[in-house]
Amino acid sequence: MSAVDPSFELDGQRVPLQPGDTILAAAARAGLDIPYLCWSAEVSASASCRLCTVLADGRPVAACVTPAVAGQKVECRSASLDVQRLRLLQMLFVEGNHFCPGCEKSGNCVLQVQAERAGMTDLHFETLNPERPVDASHPDVLFEPNRCILCQLCVRASDEIDDKQVFAIGGHGIATRLLIDSPSGRLGDSALSVGDRAAHICPVGALLPKRVGFAVPIGQRRFDTEDTRG
Amino acid sequence: MDTRPLETAADPKGLRRIAIDPLSRVEGHGKVTLLLDDDNRVRQARLHIVEFRGFEKFIEGRPYWEVPVMVQRLCGICPVSHHLAASKALDRVAGGWPVPPAAERIRRLMHYGQIVQSHALHFFHLASPDLLFGFDAGVDQRNIVGVAAAFPDAARQGVMLRKFGQEVIRITSGKRIHGTGSIPGGMNRAVDPAERDALRAELPQVLAWAQDAVALARRLVEGLPPRYADFADTPAAMMSLVGRDGAMELYDGVLRLREADGRIAVDGFDDQRYRELIDEAVRPWTYMKFPYRRSLGVDDGWYRVGPLARLQNCDFIPTPRAEEARQAFVAAHGGRPVHTVLATHWARMIELLHGVETVAALLDDPRITGGPLQAEGPRQRSGIGIIEAPRGTLIHEYEVGDDDLVTRCNLIVSTTHNNQAMNEAVRAVALRYLDGETITEGLLNHIEVAIRAYDPCLSCATHALGQMPLAVSLRAADGRVLDHVLRSSTGELLRDGPAHDAEAAQ
Repeated sequence: MSAVDPSFELDGQRVPLQPGDTILAAAARAGLDIPYLCWSAEVSASASCRLCTVLADGRPVAACVTPAVAGQKVECRSASLDVQRLRLLQMLFVEGNHFCPGCEKSGNCVLQVQAERAGMTDLHFETLNPERPVDASHPDVLFEPNRCILCQLCVRASDEIDDKQVFAIGGHGIATRLLIDSPSGRLGDSALSVGDRAAHICPVGALLPKRVGFAVPIGQRRFDTEDTRG
Repeated sequence: MDTRPLETAADPKGLRRIAIDPLSRVEGHGKVTLLLDDDNRVRQARLHIVEFRGFEKFIEGRPYWEVPVMVQRLCGICPVSHHLAASKALDRVAGGWPVPPAAERIRRLMHYGQIVQSHALHFFHLASPDLLFGFDAGVDQRNIVGVAAAFPDAARQGVMLRKFGQEVIRITSGKRIHGTGSIPGGMNRAVDPAERDALRAELPQVLAWAQDAVALARRLVEGLPPRYADFADTPAAMMSLVGRDGAMELYDGVLRLREADGRIAVDGFDDQRYRELIDEAVRPWTYMKFPYRRSLGVDDGWYRVGPLARLQNCDFIPTPRAEEARQAFVAAHGGRPVHTVLATHWARMIELLHGVETVAALLDDPRITGGPLQAEGPRQRSGIGIIEAPRGTLIHEYEVGDDDLVTRCNLIVSTTHNNQAMNEAVRAVALRYLDGETITEGLLNHIEVAIRAYDPCLSCATHALGQMPLAVSLRAADGRVLDHVLRSSTGELLRDGPAHDAEAAQ
């Protein structure tokens, strides 16, 4: 790589650029971690979670949708951004019902691992304890809305990969929720199939193939480390 | 000794109330209340469970495959017992019963590791201070720190025995506490040979410690002062699982009930039909239910579970050292049924030895390192799993809908089975040692000693929600009772009960 190759600076480190790169895509390719919940290389970016907010030349932007610009100085890790991310994560926890000890996604959950990496040790805010009934109407897929963080990954996967548009986001503010395209509004009456990508792309334990549960032992889960291998 | 009149004083007005609150060195929160008259005569003695958990209710509506992990949060001491009892019940729901031989052996290994760690914890950390220092020794000494200072070898052995059991749990479930190894239909992991070998290397020392523990428990129980020879002697029927051949069996077997005089009342009873054998009653002054034998009714049908019941219920222990210790226990009591609750500690350490021997045998079994781990079969709508947890018989029962969500859950935990037996022990001790005496902390500890012998897990025992009986009194400013309402376990409101009954319990 020559010195004239386009690049930008992320927390003091040089990150090479390719045409069309977002800040997050370029950083990911370089092996640098920008925290996110709603991004996936498989689908278009949506900037839903805002966990990837960085300062690009001092301006706050979502790294997942912002084009990387050569010569730009990007700040991801700073005391104020870290606190902002921590508060975002804490708000997500209190808005839903996230009980990691009984959740089969534990160890494979992006929300859990981001909270851990952010150093989250308490909820900070008062819990809202919403009442959201589980939708188990589909024979092979469970929808557990208590864990939904409205990241829209299932919305995008169903639309862009499965070509079905089973999911959408509806409502406003705190009442925002995941909608299911079926006459009853329930998963069992929708066009979703367990083989769809949308049934597997959920970063938390909201959409899960049924009867898998805790089949992956501790130590072999996605985010297991030396500390969590028992 | 008929202690029944002491459950409820005829007229609690004017009686002095003493509360032991909280009970110490037990798992969970409970209290004992005593009502005394002007001459310090005991008029009422009750063990109350004042915690409130609600597991049965919030398991409803959850997917069944989540349950074996979720129910472990009932307890931090014997989560494995809940993990495995739920798994056994849900094996049937998932159509995976019986599980493959490898999975069955790994689960057994986990379970006997649990027996070892829990029994070690109870005897050395919780109960031994009373036995080593005396029931009325100073409170500053009567704890594990006091034991470590005065009897460092015993304290160390207790810690190391517990650690060994925890390691067995870790290599089978992934964590020392609240792992995920067992799943409906089998296991999600086999044992790593390197981890197995590391534990095998410790076995000679651990076996020696376990034998020392039996000797220590025997010495302490037999060495009690003569006035404690019949301490909390409460004859009771005994219930437990046994093997089909009558062997001590803690993971899977058939139910046996033995009368207090030693006669077998029920044998070879299919665990899936337990509801035909026992039922549960509720009383307004405690959150813990009272199970009873259906054939004898609420008043006379109570029984005891746990080490003292199991040791006397089985015909033999299928490991040599523990069987030798069992025979010594029987011989020391002239072959008569034993109901003095402190003998439970001796029985508990014999079970600990049996646990270590069983772990040793299972670590030698090559099947624990691999092979098919999950069974499949047609889905069922319900399942029952019964296991002998460290404290006694543990029952998990689930009904699951076609959508895979749990529609009904019933848990009868070991401590609940022992509810009446513990209350009887409290009353027996109150009458024998406190009645007419000036009450001191040491005398009150006598009551705790009797409760502690059952190693009660009060957190586990208060899992029910929606069946909570509740008593409410409305009084005028001058103290007159204007209204008194009792909500029964079925939600029915009753108004004919005595108002003071509920208040005396507070």
